[in-house]
Amino acid sequence: MKERYSQRKLVDAAVRGLCLLATGAALIPLGLVLYYVTSRGIGGLDWAFFTELPKPVGEAGGGMANALLGTLELVGLACLFGIPPGVLAGVYLAEFGQHRFAKLVRFSADVMSGVPSITIGIFVYTLIVLRTKSFSAYAGGVALAVLMLPTVTRTTEELLRLVPESLREAALGLGVPKWRATLSVVLRTAAPGIATGIMLAIARVAGETAPLLFTAFNNAFWPTGLAQPTASLPVQIYTYAVSPYDDWHQKAWAAALVLIGMVLILNVAARVLVRHRVRSR
Amino acid sequence: MIQSLALARTSEATRESARTPARPSAAPDRPKMRAEALRAHFGKTEVLKGITLPVESTTVTAIIGPSGCGKSTFIRCLNRMHEVVSGARVAGKVLLDLQDIYAPDVDPVRVRRRVGMVFQKPNPFPTMTIRENVLAGLKLNGLRPKDTEELVERALRQVALWDEVKDVLSRSGTSLSGGQQQRLCIARSLALEPEVLLMDEPCSALDPIATARVEELIHELRERYTIVIVTHNMQQAARVADFTAFFYLGELVEYDRTDVIFTRPSEKKTEDYITGRFG
Repeated sequence: MKERYSQRKLVDAAVRGLCLLATGAALIPLGLVLYYVTSRGIGGLDWAFFTELPKPVGEAGGGMANALLGTLELVGLACLFGIPPGVLAGVYLAEFGQHRFAKLVRFSADVMSGVPSITIGIFVYTLIVLRTKSFSAYAGGVALAVLMLPTVTRTTEELLRLVPESLREAALGLGVPKWRATLSVVLRTAAPGIATGIMLAIARVAGETAPLLFTAFNNAFWPTGLAQPTASLPVQIYTYAVSPYDDWHQKAWAAALVLIGMVLILNVAARVLVRHRVRSR
Repeated sequence: MIQSLALARTSEATRESARTPARPSAAPDRPKMRAEALRAHFGKTEVLKGITLPVESTTVTAIIGPSGCGKSTFIRCLNRMHEVVSGARVAGKVLLDLQDIYAPDVDPVRVRRRVGMVFQKPNPFPTMTIRENVLAGLKLNGLRPKDTEELVERALRQVALWDEVKDVLSRSGTSLSGGQQQRLCIARSLALEPEVLLMDEPCSALDPIATARVEELIHELRERYTIVIVTHNMQQAARVADFTAFFYLGELVEYDRTDVIFTRPSEKKTEDYITGRFG
């Protein structure tokens, strides 16, 4: 009896150790990336980086303010185009989708989330850029929105499914119309989770380069309108990183650091939001 | 436990004294609701096989029977909640004040406002405060009552919850204990001033003390509301109900005054069930 117990404890310790080791191994790349980008990029960060336009080759100084602004603009557009249809589709799938059509939508969303992002870039290129004969912030926003769509849809659906059936019945039992019950009870109950899912989707597309190469393209100047080619951090990083100039490389690292910082802030904000909501209950 | 028994006994006593003079044994001439040849299906399975049953005005009607006999389905048909589940169908009539609630021109949403429902598991809205929960039915229906404070107090007093929660009205509805949550849910239904209140095993998730409180409450509500209660607990049916219906395998076996059902049932099956021989 005693022997078995000590043996069990041994196995327990061994398996725990393995799990810990695996977790560590998974964290190492993250740590290395953060460390490497920070150490290389921190030197390039100064006030000018956040406030000035890029300087032409050969001139020292300059910044990436236009790309920063452009990324915000593109992500903003992506949210505008991507979140409402994504959430509504999720609501449809979870609350009204008992038909064969819903299965099709669900399947398409799953397939879409596996489509390489460059393909989506080309798709939007043919759809919008070729027709309007110009790269534009619109096109970039649409490309990112298409990329977000399946994630937002499926997250919304999953989270709505987690809302207990009893709450829907409670609302319906009070003589509340179904649309109102869905909106004011079901969606509201799942809102913090959906918000987190959306934030993670935003964080994911904020770092996308490929779909923007064919859509928003790039621009060395301040964004002047939504129909103009627009600079963004990922594309700027790409452009600078493949250039032969050392000070551009330095700037690319700095931009990478800023981008990671933005994504990290979004992620942390999403989590804090959820924790805050849970605690306030 | 002892306390709960005592509670139950006192409530029994008050009830007996209140009931005898006020309530004539004969039923009022027109029932508040009446199911006529009511059939309900889940997909291909027939759950109710033609039920005809009156629900008398301002009385408590209990539905008893073993699990799976269709009692929950039956009361869910009384406010058109059965059809909410996909694959569920209803045939036959349910009259509410002589009007068939399954007539094609009747809006189920309207029916549910007149016929409220309390569920087996307490289900207050977790995103709402206690106050908001009480008002939820009105607010979600787009009504803007004037004296909300008074309304909240009245509804919570009706369910004897006011004294327990009056200082914590802005706390979440889910912060209450199970029994308090259930009474909050009853208050939420009552705030809409329904004509009929359906209760689907309202005490099965509650401890004996909370159960006694809810039974007490049912006894008081009976003065103003028509109540239909589904229960697994035959003692409960005997304690709270004026009329009792015994369901078995989707059919109504027997319906009569509660004292008749429990003392001299005319069907063998009813007798077997209430004496615990099966079910």
